[in-house]
Amino acid sequence: MAEVTAKQVLFEPIFSNNPIGLQILGICSALAVTTSMNVTIVMCLSVIAVTAFSNLAVSLVRTQIPGSIRIIVQMTIIASLVIVVDQILKAYAYEISKQLSVFVGLIITNCIVMGRAEGFAMKNGPWLSFLDGIGNGMGYSVMLLFVAFFRELLGAGSLFGVTLLSPVNEGGWYITNGLLLLPPSAFFIIGLAIWGLRTWMPEQVEEPDYKMSRHTHKEAF
Amino acid sequence: MSNSKETVSRTLIVALVLSIVFSVVVSTAAVVLRPAQIKNQNLDIKTNILSAAGMLPQGAGADEIEQVFAQFEVRLVDLETGDFVEPSSVNVQDPMKYDMYKAASDPGMSTSIPASEDMAGIKRRPNVAKVYTLSENGNLKRVVLPIHGYGLWSTLYGFMSLEGDLNTIEGLGFYAHAETPGLGGEVDNPRWKSQWVGKELYGEDKTEPQIRLIKGGVGANAADKEHKVDALSGATLTSRGVQQLVNYWMGDRGYAPFLKKLREGEV
Repeated sequence: MAEVTAKQVLFEPIFSNNPIGLQILGICSALAVTTSMNVTIVMCLSVIAVTAFSNLAVSLVRTQIPGSIRIIVQMTIIASLVIVVDQILKAYAYEISKQLSVFVGLIITNCIVMGRAEGFAMKNGPWLSFLDGIGNGMGYSVMLLFVAFFRELLGAGSLFGVTLLSPVNEGGWYITNGLLLLPPSAFFIIGLAIWGLRTWMPEQVEEPDYKMSRHTHKEAF
Repeated sequence: MSNSKETVSRTLIVALVLSIVFSVVVSTAAVVLRPAQIKNQNLDIKTNILSAAGMLPQGAGADEIEQVFAQFEVRLVDLETGDFVEPSSVNVQDPMKYDMYKAASDPGMSTSIPASEDMAGIKRRPNVAKVYTLSENGNLKRVVLPIHGYGLWSTLYGFMSLEGDLNTIEGLGFYAHAETPGLGGEVDNPRWKSQWVGKELYGEDKTEPQIRLIKGGVGANAADKEHKVDALSGATLTSRGVQQLVNYWMGDRGYAPFLKKLREGEV
């Protein structure tokens, strides 16, 4: 791999190497926590903090970690950071931590965090790794906020809890789209977002694994 | 790669040091943040109680909530007999510290509910419940009772507030559940909750709760409309769960013995 600059590691994951859009990682939490913008933002900040600091910590000790236990070492670092984040949320953002419930804990299993620790922080210096963590966290966040924007606006008629389209069951005119509040809708929105992203940046389109060859001989005519 | 870091002793040392460092980090965070967390949890419960009783001031801060809540008296009730009990009987000093949901999983402090009677789907019921009473000039003004039961996906935990006649509902609210947002999750909708206000729990005999969640809305001339509430649309099972849990907790197995004694002034 060629030398990478700080700017690259920080900004590339946002669009040109988006962890959700291109690498299709971290989908599960993108389905679970995107029903409202407030919750999503807290989740994004938590993921950014965990990826950044776990990358930093892994990178600092990368020369000391024996290869045979490196995955479990990364897991320990990530899990500890997640617990700390969870504790902080419970102490200072109690309402939101109640809504996020188990999903904060599940950041441990978010493939992006582990992927960056193993794929980047094990080979790069602490500062770059830290930036890479922030960058990937932001890439994740951009996608989550995009999904949450549509889910909250069309599913509940509000943004950040402020009602914009007054829903019928509160006496307004907007018939809320219940599907958008259910997890599968996030799949559709992510799918559409990936489609948009790859139309904009065609280099992200993957080569097909194989091509159907043309039908060459005729049978039974 | 050098081999020096791949030896067994090296691996053990790294694992040990790492475990110690991170256990210190995690436990420090847990210990340092504990007081703030407990404060949040207590405040949350108090907020929910006030909200069920319709006493929550708009945009109230923590101090204001504490102040309003201070009007309530926290008491423990033996559900079987309906009598108040001393906090010492459940090994706590301060009744506020008693956790009836924790007690429900302790065989020594709870009773198993036979499947045929387990309308609320909760399997075990604590022997002692924590209730909140508010009196003015010696007259009972309201009682807030914790209730819980199974909906569609989750157990709903909430409070029901009754007026001084111990029959008229003053408010109902759930503070923890995981029902489908937009469907069963509408149990949190203030418009839906407002329907409960003024409904009556019991019929003439004052023993069997009569609450029904019905389809299609409650008309102005519907029979027994004082016991009926419009069910949540698209959430049949959550609605059924709410109906069952209210009737369970307000029935003989729940608070009915206590409410009866309280009404007759025996406790």
